[in-house]
Amino acid sequence: MTEQVPATSGAVTAPAERLGSSADLSLSYESGLELKARSQWAYARMRFLRHRLAVGSLIILILIGFVAIFAKQVAPHGFNDQDLVNIAAAPSWDHPFGTDLLGRDYLSRVIYGLRTSLWVAFFVALLSTAFGTAVGAVAGYYGGTTDNLLMRFTDLILTLPGLAVLLTAAAFLGQQSQSIGPISISQPVMIGLILAFLFWTGLARIVRGVYLSLREKEFVEAAKASGAGDMRIMVRHILPNCVGPIVVTMTLIIATAILVEAALSFLGFGIQPPNPALGSLIAEGNVGGLGYWWLVTYPGLVIVIIALAVNFIGDGLRDALDPTQRLRA
Amino acid sequence: MDCATHSTQRKDFVPEAILSIRDLTVEFKTEDGVVHAVTGVGYDLAAGETLGVVGESGSGKSVSVMSMLGLIPVPPGRIVAGEAIYKGRDLLKIPPKELRDIRGGEIAMIFQDPMTSLNPVLTIGDQIAEAITTHNAGMSDSDAKKRTIHLLDVVGVPVPERRVDQYPHEFSGGMRQRAMIAMAMANAPSILIADEPTTALDVTIQAQIIEVMRTAQRETGAATILITHDLGLIAELADRVIVMYGGRVVELGDVHTIFSSPHHPYTVGLMKSLARIDLDQQWLEPIPGQPPSLILPPPGCAFHPRCALSQGRERCRTEIPSLRTVGQGDEHLAACHFAEELDAQRLVAHAAAAEGR
Repeated sequence: MTEQVPATSGAVTAPAERLGSSADLSLSYESGLELKARSQWAYARMRFLRHRLAVGSLIILILIGFVAIFAKQVAPHGFNDQDLVNIAAAPSWDHPFGTDLLGRDYLSRVIYGLRTSLWVAFFVALLSTAFGTAVGAVAGYYGGTTDNLLMRFTDLILTLPGLAVLLTAAAFLGQQSQSIGPISISQPVMIGLILAFLFWTGLARIVRGVYLSLREKEFVEAAKASGAGDMRIMVRHILPNCVGPIVVTMTLIIATAILVEAALSFLGFGIQPPNPALGSLIAEGNVGGLGYWWLVTYPGLVIVIIALAVNFIGDGLRDALDPTQRLRA
Repeated sequence: MDCATHSTQRKDFVPEAILSIRDLTVEFKTEDGVVHAVTGVGYDLAAGETLGVVGESGSGKSVSVMSMLGLIPVPPGRIVAGEAIYKGRDLLKIPPKELRDIRGGEIAMIFQDPMTSLNPVLTIGDQIAEAITTHNAGMSDSDAKKRTIHLLDVVGVPVPERRVDQYPHEFSGGMRQRAMIAMAMANAPSILIADEPTTALDVTIQAQIIEVMRTAQRETGAATILITHDLGLIAELADRVIVMYGGRVVELGDVHTIFSSPHHPYTVGLMKSLARIDLDQQWLEPIPGQPPSLILPPPGCAFHPRCALSQGRERCRTEIPSLRTVGQGDEHLAACHFAEELDAQRLVAHAAAAEGR
C-alpha cells in the first residue's frame, strides 16, 4: 500500500495501538507517527463548529452582546434624549429605527432595552442554573430522604401556575427596589430573582438524574477510596460529567427568560421606566397603533433574533456535547 | 541507627502486624433476607508483606476489606461485630473524617476495572493530582503535577509528561491500570489493597501489571492485601494466603504451605481445578455443586455439601469447624474437623504416583 487511505479508521489506529503499549512510544512521538489525540472538548468543539446555524447564531449573539455591553458608546443618542423636530418619525438615515411619540431615537432605546433584557436573561440563567444544579446534585448524590424532600419541593415549584405567580410576584415585589435589611435590590434584579425562582426546576431534575446514575459508578467509589469527601466528589468528580446537559439547559433558560421577561414587561409588570426593556418598548409602541409600525416591529424583531439565536446555539451544543454522536466525515 | 535504610529491608525483621482484623462480621439486609457476607473473619497483616485473599465470587473477600475502610453502603450493609486495629486505632470505630484521611493516604486501593474506575472527563494527570492534593492540602498544582509525572514514570507509562494531560479513553487497558496503581501509590501508603487488579486485563498485560505491582510495593514499602480468585497471581505475589469460603476464613498459611500441603478440602479442590503446566493433566477436577447461599448457609461446615472428605459425616453437618493449627509449626491454620485425613490422603496419592512410575 503506497497511498495512505484515511477512510478506514481501523487501519489507521491499529499501528498506533500497537505502539501505544510498547516502550518505543517515545520514538513514535518524536517522529510524529502517533495519531493526533483529541480531548473530548476538542471533539465537542469540532462538532459544534460543523453546526453552521449554531456558529452563525453564536456570532450574531456575540455581536448583539457587544452592542449591549457598549451601549453608551454604540447608541447614537441617549435613551431619554428627545429630538423635538422629529417626533414619531419613520425610519430614516438620522434615526434608523425611527423615533417614538416623544421624539426619542428608537435605535438608542432598543439598544438600551437590549442591554437590560440581556442582562436580566443572563442573570436569570446563571442564578437558576446554579440553584438548580446545587439542588439536583445534592438530591441525586445523597438520595433517600434528602432526595425526597428536595424533589417534592421542586415538584411544588413546578406545579405553581407560572403566569399567575409571575404576575402576582412582579406586581407586589417587582415594581420598585426592595431592601432586605442592609441589602437593597434594584428593580431589574428583583424581576430576575422572581424569574429565576420559577426556572431552576427543570435543571434540578436533569442534574439529579445524572448524579443518581453517576454516583454508582466505580470511579466515584475509587474517589471515595482515595479519601475524597462528599463535597469533593460532587464538585470535582461528578459535576464535570454533567457539563453537557447543564450548558444546553442553560441556553434554553436564557431564551425562555428573554421571552418571559419581554411578555412581563409588555404587560407592564416587568422592568419599569425609566429603564427601557424590549418588552416595555413594544408595550409603549403599541399605544400608537399600526401607523407607527416601527415602534413595535424593531424591538419585536430583536427579541425574535435573540431567542432564535440562543435556541440554535443550544441545539448546536446539544449535538456537540453528546458523546454518542460521532463525526460524520 | 538510621531507621530509614533499615525499614526498606523489612524481610529481615520479625514482622509486626500493622493491621489486625478480629472477628469481623458484616451483614447485608436484602429483600430475600439477611446476607451473612462476612462472619468472624480475623487475620493479621505484617508490615511489608503481601497477603493474598482467595475465594470464589461471593465468598466475602472484597467485603471484608471494603467494610474496614467504610466503603460498603450502609444501609443495606451493617458491620455487626469485630475490630480492625490499624496503628492502635480501630478503623471500624473512628469518626468518618479520620477514616477519610486514612483512605487513599495510609491505606490505598487499586480497583479491579481500570476502564470504569477512572473518571472519563478528567485527564489522567488531574485524577492522580487530585489524589495527591486531597491529602496534601498545601501542595501547589505544579508540584502535584511534577509528582504525578514522576509516579507515571515509576509505573512505566511511556512519555509521562505527555500522557499526563491525556484522558482515560486515550489510554489502553494496561496503561489505565498502571495509572490506577500510580494513583494508589500517590501518598506513599503503608497498606495497599488490590481488589482483583488483573481480572479485567488480558493475559499478557496481566504479567506486566504484576511487575508494576512489585514496583509499587518496592517503592512504597507498603504491605499489600491482594484480593483475587487467580491462584496464579497469588503464587506470583503473595507471602501468605487466606482462603475464604462462605464468608469465613477456612485456611490461612504461608504461600508455599498452602500450595504444597493444603489442609482444607476446599483449598484442595481449588488446587485440583487449576490448570498446571508442571503436571500432566488429562482433566481438571472441578469442585461439585454451587457456592453456598449466604442467606441460609448450610448447617455446620458451609462446605460440607460439596466436600469430598466429609462424605456425610454427622460432625460436618452439625458443628461449625473453628480455625485451628494444623501441620507443622503454628503458622498454618485450617477450619476443618478432619484436616489431618488430608495428610494421609496425600501420602497414599504420593505412594501411588511413585509406584506408577
